[in-house]
Amino acid sequence: MSDALLSVRDLKVHFPIGRGLLGRSAGSVRALDGVSLELRAGETLGIVGESGCGKSTLGRAILHLIKPTAGNVIWLGRSLHDLDATALRKERRNMQIIFQDPLASLDPRMTVGQIIARPLKTFEPALGKTETERRVLAAMQEVGLAPEMVRRYPHEFSGGQCQRIGIARAMILRPKLVVCDEPVSALDVSIQAQIINLLRRLQREHGLALLFISHNLGVVRHISHRVLVLYLGRVMEVADRDAFFARPLHPYSRALISAIPVPDPKAERARQRIVLQGDLPSPFDPPVGCRFCTRCPRATERCHREEPALLDQGAGHLAACHYAGEG
Amino acid sequence: MLSTPMSADPDAVAATAPILEVKGLAIRFKLPQGWVTAVDGVDFELRRGEVVGIVGESGSGKSQILLALMGLLAANGRASGSALFQGREILNRSARELDEVRGSAMAMIFQDPMTSLNPYMRVSDQLTEVLTTHRGVGSAEALEIAVRMLERVRIPEARRRIRLYPHEFSGGMRQRVMIAMALLCEPALLFADEPTTALDVTVQAQILELLADLARDFNAAVAIVTHDLGVIARLCDRVIVLYGGRIMEQAPIEEVFYDPRHPYTKGLLASMPRLDESPHEDLRTIPGQPRAAMGDLPGCPFAPRCEQRIARCTQETPLLLRAGDGRAAACHLVAP
Repeated sequence: MSDALLSVRDLKVHFPIGRGLLGRSAGSVRALDGVSLELRAGETLGIVGESGCGKSTLGRAILHLIKPTAGNVIWLGRSLHDLDATALRKERRNMQIIFQDPLASLDPRMTVGQIIARPLKTFEPALGKTETERRVLAAMQEVGLAPEMVRRYPHEFSGGQCQRIGIARAMILRPKLVVCDEPVSALDVSIQAQIINLLRRLQREHGLALLFISHNLGVVRHISHRVLVLYLGRVMEVADRDAFFARPLHPYSRALISAIPVPDPKAERARQRIVLQGDLPSPFDPPVGCRFCTRCPRATERCHREEPALLDQGAGHLAACHYAGEG
Repeated sequence: MLSTPMSADPDAVAATAPILEVKGLAIRFKLPQGWVTAVDGVDFELRRGEVVGIVGESGSGKSQILLALMGLLAANGRASGSALFQGREILNRSARELDEVRGSAMAMIFQDPMTSLNPYMRVSDQLTEVLTTHRGVGSAEALEIAVRMLERVRIPEARRRIRLYPHEFSGGMRQRVMIAMALLCEPALLFADEPTTALDVTVQAQILELLADLARDFNAAVAIVTHDLGVIARLCDRVIVLYGGRIMEQAPIEEVFYDPRHPYTKGLLASMPRLDESPHEDLRTIPGQPRAAMGDLPGCPFAPRCEQRIARCTQETPLLLRAGDGRAAACHLVAP
């Protein structure tokens, strides 16, 4: 696809585990095991899945903060794999990341102003002091931080304010892509809503593409144009937001959606819920066949034998299930 | 499948005597800069057979209330007021006095099952210890009871797994072990502090179903502290909404969700992204940041963020006024 800002092809990240006797590897955790996706400018792709599904690894591998074991990340038509360290660094100014723990991702010994100015110092070292300050204050205003906070330190702020600082730092270079790794999971509900609205506004105003990683489907539904579901390092389903929530095709997606408690007592108590059995299997030793077969209410003998491919089930709605959309 | 509210009949529950009566509970912490108030005078009651949700944001004091009632406040914390459990004062009692009820008649489930279980002890030893200490049963019988309880919380192969150490269980299984431990002595009062927050949604669903079933089976009074309004909607009969260390609103479940009276409750409900609403508009938000209790300052703790604030709100603390229908709200703008 030519209009893709970012195109990920069959990305794999395997982490070797410990070393056995005589330096032999004891195997590896397959955190990502062949993930492909496309992201257009100005679009939000929500990445959902449970802990250990590989969603954070995916965000980091796309930015090459973790080196992929195999596969390719194509950014504006060029493979990141082919770039040398200098070229990769230059390209990184267009791709930023914000993290789950807003306080832990800010240097406690730097002032808010220094933190937000840091990317400018790295990428535009020739910039004068006055201009740097002007840009920092503009970035702060854009995310809703008062100018007088510029000389204060991160510990003086609440979680929501710290996340705004992280967003200002990510936005100051005017990136084309921001990877948001669980950006609101650590925040209170009333603050979550503020940050989601802020990200949506920044996207509208700057045509920003967002890769929004979250385990919270309610939040993902609110911010995403498309949704991608990961399970044990593999893509289970990709679809437009409305199609995904109206008619999820993969049994895992259906279980995920049905597991979320809705803040409405009558609806909540009347709902038919799909309760999955058991826990996520270890990514060290994923099930043979479909990765979801050990917990799938619909699994047949074929699912234990043959891994389903991620196929277009119509209108660009992709699902990896032998029985997609049935039952 | 949870298809009906948990308690059999709310009116019947309301008619029974409360098992826990909390009056004027205040909690303060001594910090280098002086005493800081976390909870600023709360009153509530719990009855057998009801599940009460305590909801609030960070700094609301929701977890500290449970810890104070269990006698587990940090060393620099002080509780005042009164809490009668089955007619007996439990606030500020010695560990020895509290241990007569703690772990047996009243029990608690914590948020993080990994840090709440002893990593050096087999699960069997941790479970049987509760029984040999509180009920004086022999170790063979204790083991039998413990295995049966693990089966009740649906741990497969309980007889084999009870010999394992906590790290050999998954997160969801560890939370089941915690629940089993809390229920071993069939407590009359069960506290749960964010019992599913650390778990994945599909596992959370399993644990919530389990808690709902067990609370009904044991006819205990259950208080669940959570920030998740979805969990409250699913499990609770009654809700207490906290903000800045004070109760803002208290009401039966449906009234809180369909007819909230306090501006904070309204704002909280409106800012939740819901799966059953149009996602095309911006979320409603509550401006400003959450705050801790104000201590001796006058006024409503929510006033700085309240869009309906009037002059009186920053001068005079609104009292929690009871309306006739089992509801109460602390707001100058809400007529009782």
